[in-house]
Amino acid sequence: MSNESQSVSDSLQRNQFVARKERLYAWLIAGSAVLTILVTVGIVLALSVNALTFWREISPIAFFTGTNWSPKIAGEYGVLPLVSGTLLVTVCSALIALPVGLAAAIYLSEYASERVRSILKPALEVLAGVPTVIYGYMALVYVTPLIDGFLPIDATVIPSRIQILAIPDWLPAISGFVLALPEFTLVVPSLRTFNALSASIVVGIMIIPMVSSISEDALSAVPDSLREAAYGLGSTKFDVSTKVVVPSATSGIVASYVLALSRAIGETMAVTMAMGMSPQMPYFPNVLKNLAESSQTITAAMVQIAGADSLGTGPTFEAMFALGMTLFAITLTMNVLAELVRRRFREAYE
Amino acid sequence: MSNNEIATDDGIDGATTTDTASNTLDPSGDPLVDHDISVEGSDSRSASSGKTVIESRNLDVYYDDLQAIDDVSMAIPARQVTAMIGPSGCGKSTFLRCINRMNDLVDSARVEGELRFDGQDVYEQDIDPVALRRRIGMVFQHPNPFPKSIYDNVAYGLRVQGRDGEVDLDQQVEESLRRAALWDEVKDQLDKSALDLSGGQQQRLCIARAIAVDPDVILMDEPASALDPIATSKIEDLIEELAEEFTVVIVTHNMQQAARISDRTAVFLTGGELVEYDDTGTIFENPEHQRVEDYITGKFG
Ligand SMILES: Nc1ncnc2c1ncn2[C@@H]1O[C@H](COP(=O)(O)OP(=O)(O)O)[C@@H](O)[C@H]1O
Ligand SMILES: [Mg+2]
Repeated sequence: MSNESQSVSDSLQRNQFVARKERLYAWLIAGSAVLTILVTVGIVLALSVNALTFWREISPIAFFTGTNWSPKIAGEYGVLPLVSGTLLVTVCSALIALPVGLAAAIYLSEYASERVRSILKPALEVLAGVPTVIYGYMALVYVTPLIDGFLPIDATVIPSRIQILAIPDWLPAISGFVLALPEFTLVVPSLRTFNALSASIVVGIMIIPMVSSISEDALSAVPDSLREAAYGLGSTKFDVSTKVVVPSATSGIVASYVLALSRAIGETMAVTMAMGMSPQMPYFPNVLKNLAESSQTITAAMVQIAGADSLGTGPTFEAMFALGMTLFAITLTMNVLAELVRRRFREAYE
Repeated sequence: MSNNEIATDDGIDGATTTDTASNTLDPSGDPLVDHDISVEGSDSRSASSGKTVIESRNLDVYYDDLQAIDDVSMAIPARQVTAMIGPSGCGKSTFLRCINRMNDLVDSARVEGELRFDGQDVYEQDIDPVALRRRIGMVFQHPNPFPKSIYDNVAYGLRVQGRDGEVDLDQQVEESLRRAALWDEVKDQLDKSALDLSGGQQQRLCIARAIAVDPDVILMDEPASALDPIATSKIEDLIEELAEEFTVVIVTHNMQQAARISDRTAVFLTGGELVEYDDTGTIFENPEHQRVEDYITGKFG
């Protein structure tokens, strides 16, 4: 009897060993969290210290408003051509990836049978695992020659005020490509070896899995009761998907878009390989030329600096950090905007 | 109300006279069938109360090997409230979801026998379930408003059916909300999210959403079971009013509710068997089957 009560009070006693173990786990876990925060803060600090050094030598005004990026030859550090190159690739790849990725997500979540989905979803995710250098290589070796095959004309000048209908028969291959704005003279140039179009296409393909995978999760999370309500009102499957399921999953879809865009903005290897290293202010009004010509993104410019002999000293080296800050500012803005949108639509169906 | 004579037994009749009183809101131009066979004109709205709108003959429903409905034959009259009661799992929901072919959404479900709406077998090859559901609305057990504004919820059906151009949408939304006894509570906040409403309000919104497209029949699957008593009594009042204009088929596990609001009552018992189907008064006061009496008096189920 006394033995029993002894063991009961024993079992209620704090076990010193377990308590110490628990404390250790708590420290380890907290340590990991602190480490990631420290690394992030460290990166931002390192970036800003060097970037500030740079901006002491080169005025920020010259940096942010300059239209010529030629650090070695002219000693000019205008970031605008790089920003425009980055935006060009981002926008054009988004034009491909956002609709295609969402359509794929809708197919997977609403249309595909269980069997098809179980094959397609992993397959799409493999696409996300392809090393980006391979995408760059694909752009150079396959995409550009393929597209160039369809655009066999060299700098065909389409004079202003020509209507789409008036395009002669020998131009059918490009008719889809012509913007016959009455005010502008458009030139459909032939593709350069390095060009923004093929870079945008491969980056677009690269980020499709990100859009489709995250969007598909969001679509699948929409409760069936909403689908039933919609079917019950005489909706077709397409109505249910586009008018009920997609709007209900807005927050997840926006999240997928932002992640994909951030990836496109930060993408380096494929764009460096496919688009080249010639910083270029946008051509206007001949906008099509932007796609056909080589250009350079912020990331590609950083690679170029990092690969050069000047590594370690001088404004050219420090410019790399100013570029890094700029890139960071762009993606941070994107993420903040996305968070605002996401909050606005959060868990809409709950 | 004018009463067009309608052949309900073979369904394919050429009557094209329309009830002018309900013409402006009437969706009867919406063909139920993809092609060939048309049930246009067989407008149950103009059928007199009591005429058969929905009829099942030897209906069996299976989920894979499980039989959920066993040889059910019943005729549901127009513009009355028909209640289906029975213990949980006896197939009430399954039967209800056969009527507007919501069971199509369940891969394992298989239907045998006949289910006629307006004389037309709805499981025939060339029946379009989307067109069918445009004439047979549904209200579910748990309120399921879309995560949209109150207005957009009510307007959804008309928009998706492409009828928002034909009618005055604002007016139709207001009228539907009035008929669902919700207008006074929400008239100043039509742009607010439907999800901000209380459960009872959400359910009345779902009813408004269903009647906005002016269906012939409204199916309700335990529409008040997730609501508190006050909200429930509002819904019950509403259902009785709706029956003046619509055919209402309601599943409930609440026998008092069935006794209060329905004209006819069908008692399902385990195994998906329809044991007795009669006027509500008869079922509750003088049922033919002992099993039904036992169930109603609480000795069973
Ligand atoms: N989607 C489904 N898949 C498989 N079995 C189902 C499904 N829905 C219902 N059942 C089965 O069919 C029977 C009848 O269910 P149900 O019609 O929901 O009954 P009730 O509405 O009367 O409670 C039950 O045995 C249930 O388990
Ligand atoms: Mg049920």
